[in-house]
Amino acid sequence: METFVTILAGVLYTVGTYLILNKNLLRIILGITLFSHATHLMLMSINGLKKGAAPLLGEEVANYTDPIPQALLLTSIVISFALTAFLLVLGYRTYVELGTVNIKKLRGKSDE
Amino acid sequence: MSNVLILPIIIPLLTGMFMIFFRRNIRLQQIIAVVSLLLTIGVAAYIVHRVSVGGIIVLDVGGWEAPFGISLVGDMLAALLVLVATFICLMCCLYAFKTLKHDHKVHFVYCFILLLLCGVNGSFLTGDIFNLFVFFEVMLISSYVLLSLGGKKLQLRESIKYVIINVISSTLFVIAIAYLYSVAGTLNMAQLSERLASISQDGLMITISFIFLTVFGLKSGLFLFFWLPGSYSAPPPAIAALFAALLTKVGIYAILRTFTLLFYHQPEWTHTVIMYLAALTMILGALGAISHWEIRKILAYNVVVAVGFILFGIGVASFDSLTGAIYYLLHDMLAKALIFILGGAIISIFGSDHLRNFSGLILFRPLLGWLFFIAALALVGVPPLSGFVGKLIIIKGGIAEGQIILSIIGVMTSLLVLYSVMKIFIHSFWGEKLLSEGEQKDTGNSALLPGTLLAVLVIGMGLGAEWVLTYVKQAVEVLSNPSIYVNAVFKRFEP
Repeated sequence: METFVTILAGVLYTVGTYLILNKNLLRIILGITLFSHATHLMLMSINGLKKGAAPLLGEEVANYTDPIPQALLLTSIVISFALTAFLLVLGYRTYVELGTVNIKKLRGKSDE
Repeated sequence: MSNVLILPIIIPLLTGMFMIFFRRNIRLQQIIAVVSLLLTIGVAAYIVHRVSVGGIIVLDVGGWEAPFGISLVGDMLAALLVLVATFICLMCCLYAFKTLKHDHKVHFVYCFILLLLCGVNGSFLTGDIFNLFVFFEVMLISSYVLLSLGGKKLQLRESIKYVIINVISSTLFVIAIAYLYSVAGTLNMAQLSERLASISQDGLMITISFIFLTVFGLKSGLFLFFWLPGSYSAPPPAIAALFAALLTKVGIYAILRTFTLLFYHQPEWTHTVIMYLAALTMILGALGAISHWEIRKILAYNVVVAVGFILFGIGVASFDSLTGAIYYLLHDMLAKALIFILGGAIISIFGSDHLRNFSGLILFRPLLGWLFFIAALALVGVPPLSGFVGKLIIIKGGIAEGQIILSIIGVMTSLLVLYSVMKIFIHSFWGEKLLSEGEQKDTGNSALLPGTLLAVLVIGMGLGAEWVLTYVKQAVEVLSNPSIYVNAVFKRFEP
């Protein structure tokens, strides 16, 4: 299962990178989202997906699943959620102000 | 165990959040900001004093003991950086009070400045590598908002670049942490240091350390600085000063911490690469600085040169060069804030940032001129100002370790930096008086108070180098001997 999830993460990285290299701002934002999803998948699978029982106190089981990657994952998801929202607003504002979502056309003189 | 360590993080956080309720009452926001920052400076000075007397202070947040909970670790390096960062934040706020537009002020600019400081102080103080990531994000999200606030076209364009680059590097940071966790099974930096020392140093460890180097290199502007000049020249001067003085320095701090505490086992790989990158950064930054004619760009490239210089000290990694690097880091934070504020004042007087439009400022703004002159000399490292001591010790350390070429590059780029800032000085202060009293866009007087305070500190740090160095040496002792840090976190005291 870990291998499958890792390959999935790899596919998402590939697609994410492809989208980030695009000139369309919206696609770049989507690419970044995919990129962070891939990272989350990798973070989840990095220490084994399910190696034992849920890590609860007072329960007598031989093996517990390591809870730390999941805690990291949740933190990371929240942060990337906030960033995606911010990026979308920034992208929208840029579209309204500059009238384009093409990164190439954002170039120009710096003293405007 | 002492709760005092949490205060530099929580005071800006709480007061920053408190301000949100007084959106229209700008006067009150300013008072809150000043009081909060003064309080934080007081606390930071107290922490420096306590660390200098009693050694490293550790706080296990929530009462969870070291490897299980998140611990805050206040060693001398962190304490000094917190003190200087908070002071610079106050200076930038003082400048911001007078210069920012009303639009900025009602859109929570002070609130975000304080949250930025919360992230910066948190990054310095934390002893947990994932927590470092979280504080990085707190700092970066505030900086995204500060950069794009105002919504001018230039700002939007640079914000997009800045945000995308930082989001990707943050993702890489998480990947690096994931790898590190899977190898070492812990996130506590002290425990990581112990575990990494005991496991074999194979290719995997080098890979992980290089991912970390890439991440921190992107954030601090080490070689991967292509985003920096653009995004540091887009926001208003007060914000740019804050960015130049604090943001890259947090990245440098992270490199300093991880490559002295965690990845110091294979210096022939990691530290050699850091030195090469530092050399390239210095050369490219200096070339950028001399090739531009806009004040903001010149100053932004000067940030890059300084990053290269500090990293040169870190890469050499002897006791002397680390002392120099930390001293120079502290100096550079002050000097960069100073010169960005003064540069902002010059721009605001002429209403332009192109050097060819400037002339004759010394005739009607003598104090500004002298302050700029001091700042320029300090930046370059002319004795007795603060830059001199740092540069001298770094270069001395470099030569002692046989890094002659790097030392020569360091000195040569200093000369180019001198040329670039003197170009600003000569064009804006010498020559014929271009503007009459009525034609100025702004008096530029708002920069004088923070400028003078910072200049006094820059001179003081140069003249009182001996005294400052006693503190810096204490910081380096921890860096060059990781077991002091580890033992302090785990409360193992040698008999």
